[in-house]
Amino acid sequence: MAYSVNICQMDSESDFENLGESEPGQDSFQLVAEPAVSTQRCPQTLQMDVFRECTRINTEQLPLTASGHMRDETLDREQMNSLQRHRWSAATLKVLASMPSRTAGINSAAVIPRHARNLSRLHQHQTCQDSSQPSRPMQEDFVQANIEEELSNEENKKEQLVSILRGLSVSEGMSKLRASPLSLADKMEVRQLAFSDVAESSLIRNIPCYSRLSMSVSRTWHHCLFSCLPVLTSLQLWHSPIKRLSGRFGTGVLSYFLFLRTLLLFNLLLFVINGLFLVFPQAVNPPPRPHDSDLNNFTGLELLTGTGYLSQSVMFYGYYTNTILKNCRAVNSTAAESPDLPVCDSNKPQKVLYSIPAAYFFTIAIAFFTICIILVYSISKAFGRGFQVLKSNGNLAVKVFCSWDFKVSKKTSVRLQSEKISTQLKELLSEMFHGENKKSCMQRLCRLMVQLVAWAACLATIFLSAMAVHYLSEDAIKSSPLKETELLLLAAVVSGINLLLPGLFNLCAWVENYDSPSVLVYVSIFRNLLLKVTIVGVLCFRWLGRIAVEPKRYGLQCWETFVGQELYRLLLMDFIFTVLYTFFGEFLWRLFTKQVLKRNRMPVFDIARNVLELIYGQTLTWFGVLFAPLLPAVQIIKLFVLFYMKKSGAELSGIEEALEGQSDDNIFHFSFVLPLISWRCRVCHLHNLDSGQQWAQELENAHPILSWLSRAYNSLLENPLFLFLAPGVFLMVIYFHTQVIDGQRRIISRLEKQIENEGKDKQFLITNLQAIHERSGLVSP
Amino acid sequence: MGTTASQLGKDLLSEYQELTFLTKQEILLAHKRFTELLTKDEKDLPNTRVPAERILTLPELKSNPFRKRICHVFSTSEQKDGSLTFEDFLDLLSAFSDSATLEIKSHYAFRIFDFDDDGTLDCGDLEKLVNCLTGETDETRLTTEEMRQLINNILEESDIDKDGTVNLSEFQHVISRSPDFVSSFKIVL
Repeated sequence: MAYSVNICQMDSESDFENLGESEPGQDSFQLVAEPAVSTQRCPQTLQMDVFRECTRINTEQLPLTASGHMRDETLDREQMNSLQRHRWSAATLKVLASMPSRTAGINSAAVIPRHARNLSRLHQHQTCQDSSQPSRPMQEDFVQANIEEELSNEENKKEQLVSILRGLSVSEGMSKLRASPLSLADKMEVRQLAFSDVAESSLIRNIPCYSRLSMSVSRTWHHCLFSCLPVLTSLQLWHSPIKRLSGRFGTGVLSYFLFLRTLLLFNLLLFVINGLFLVFPQAVNPPPRPHDSDLNNFTGLELLTGTGYLSQSVMFYGYYTNTILKNCRAVNSTAAESPDLPVCDSNKPQKVLYSIPAAYFFTIAIAFFTICIILVYSISKAFGRGFQVLKSNGNLAVKVFCSWDFKVSKKTSVRLQSEKISTQLKELLSEMFHGENKKSCMQRLCRLMVQLVAWAACLATIFLSAMAVHYLSEDAIKSSPLKETELLLLAAVVSGINLLLPGLFNLCAWVENYDSPSVLVYVSIFRNLLLKVTIVGVLCFRWLGRIAVEPKRYGLQCWETFVGQELYRLLLMDFIFTVLYTFFGEFLWRLFTKQVLKRNRMPVFDIARNVLELIYGQTLTWFGVLFAPLLPAVQIIKLFVLFYMKKSGAELSGIEEALEGQSDDNIFHFSFVLPLISWRCRVCHLHNLDSGQQWAQELENAHPILSWLSRAYNSLLENPLFLFLAPGVFLMVIYFHTQVIDGQRRIISRLEKQIENEGKDKQFLITNLQAIHERSGLVSP
Repeated sequence: MGTTASQLGKDLLSEYQELTFLTKQEILLAHKRFTELLTKDEKDLPNTRVPAERILTLPELKSNPFRKRICHVFSTSEQKDGSLTFEDFLDLLSAFSDSATLEIKSHYAFRIFDFDDDGTLDCGDLEKLVNCLTGETDETRLTTEEMRQLINNILEESDIDKDGTVNLSEFQHVISRSPDFVSSFKIVL
């Protein structure tokens, strides 16, 4: 059959051309000619409607007779397509529909009978219309047989699944069954078939009643287990408010509130660990009171500043004993030091009840380590999800398939979402097809100048604010003793800067008028981050560089308490300013613009800024935990109130989502920067602990086994190489993975080419087989 | 096997828990919401089938442009009219739940977007899909020219074997490039 070779070459003569020419009159043959003609044009598509609409036809290469025949038709395009689609014979269409690529997934067996039924109906309809003489009864039987065949196919597939499941263990089989796309009724049937045999056979074997008893016991235990696990997951804080928010605002804004909840849980963990191991033992065994304390006058200001009464409570570490809590005191110690304890007998060894410094070291280390592990794990998972191995040449398909957020249920939000998607699609399309705006040189230069000016302004403001904080702190330090109101001033200034400068950055970004929203997001995040990092850096210098070094100069007995108090003040001021801003800034401003200015512009929920504020607060908490163990409790209260405030603020002011492409992955990417800083500070701080040696020595005396610990501690802190080793290892791992990914990309592009070739082969084979069948007249069309 | 009047048996509940991705609370809540849709007479019958119009009154589905397709895909009725039994409803919630796997979600998303139920997404399906996404109003709808360009681009990006349609594997390939899909393909009661 010579034509089979040439069929796919577009410029070749073929017998089909002649066929079309020689027998124009017969209706039945017209039915045959259509698909034959289609094969000549372009073998790239099997389905003619697609082929037409997508205008991939190389019309100039059409053989004239066939194309003339085609072009003369005045039928509507869609009608033509639907007709042509069913020009394929029933057998061909059946084969096409049952191709493995179209029936992937067990349940798609249900698709086939439906399609075959539709096909049979349409085919009958069509043959009624044509006045040709296909043998209708024969066709009907044929199609009916097909349907029955497909139904039995479905049964076969179920049996296949059952046999697969029997081969696996029960738990594996159940998870596989759960993840299979069958309907629930089918799943129950399969489960019955697959697992009941196991149960039945075991029942038959174990006749004696003691084993039956054990089986019923195990069954009740499984019931209990199933009912216990949901209880744990039902401890979902704020489930219904978050659901309402997701229904209204979608994924971006929701991620902020989910992040807030995650931070709350971290703080809760920290609080519980600290509370159990540090606060509680110390509260139970209070140290002797120093003589020069002025605890009697408790003013309200002390809640804000953290001085006075609070400084001698479990709130700050100055209160905590630096020694080990013993149950008896040493022989030569005076009664004044520890009046309640009996004198130790020198023959009996001194029992160490509880070592506060050791507890401090261990709890901090364990808490931070756990949180670090959790953070790194979630970041790497998020990174892995977001990282694309395959470079795509555009993201229109992704946008169309994945951008609809099914959580949104409010009608106005649905409409907003549709509008957003529509604008995005239109923008992407116009960008793609009309090219980028050819800006003149002058315009581009102008743009560049504006951006440079904006960047300079932002950096200058950051620098100035850092200098301001620095000078204020130096001023406050010089005038010792430190007055309480001055302490508050510093905290207020820092919070004010954190609140106002991001607004300035937004203004700069609006002036700069960036093209793509993702660049805008990254720029604004970078600026906000830089601001926070410089402020935190200046404050760290103040605490560790100045106050820790010479505490006596500032009249402080315990510099750790002072730093703890500073952090407490910062946290509180931050909270107060946020409350004021949310109320006055957002709510009242919106009222003002609506009533007075009569503009209906929706205020916008700046996710990046809010998230960075959360991260900043959390950094302060993590840093402050070293100095004030109850600081997580303050943070918990603050987060709790913040949730309800932001939620009501969002709902009342009717905001819409600000930044696009914002998922919680991005947030986590940046969230590890600030904790990293606090981790470094912590290590520095531990290094500065001069009392560290002392308690380690005491501990070693009491428990010689722990000498390895003190050795490890010393070597860890004194050897700075360790600090560089860990990042070095990380970098090497990352490099290795990027190399692996490069190799995978190359393989993927080769495989794609291969799939394309296979697709061409498939079309070639099907069209040839169809042609052969029709030629030999075995199957009437 | 079916649900009785107003209470779910414990055995049935644990079976549903094992076979779907829903937790016990979610199943009980689903049962509550489903029985609210039933009329008084229907409440006594086991395994009642609720017609699509009543399912579509649920607030989570009411404004969703894909609501009819969702009902159609999860319906196991012979007439293919979109009516759901309680077990179909659980199937729906399970596929849209938090813990459902990406494979399940992409499988059902594919079937929802396959408007003509032929196992692939061809030009007609893609056009209907885009029209659902962009809404009803004239300003948001794409022009024919834009639609043609869009569909061409989508096929160019996602059709690996170049047969003019997007089949399930190609669809899942596209989905895997988006980290947001799992969180967007969610409905919570």
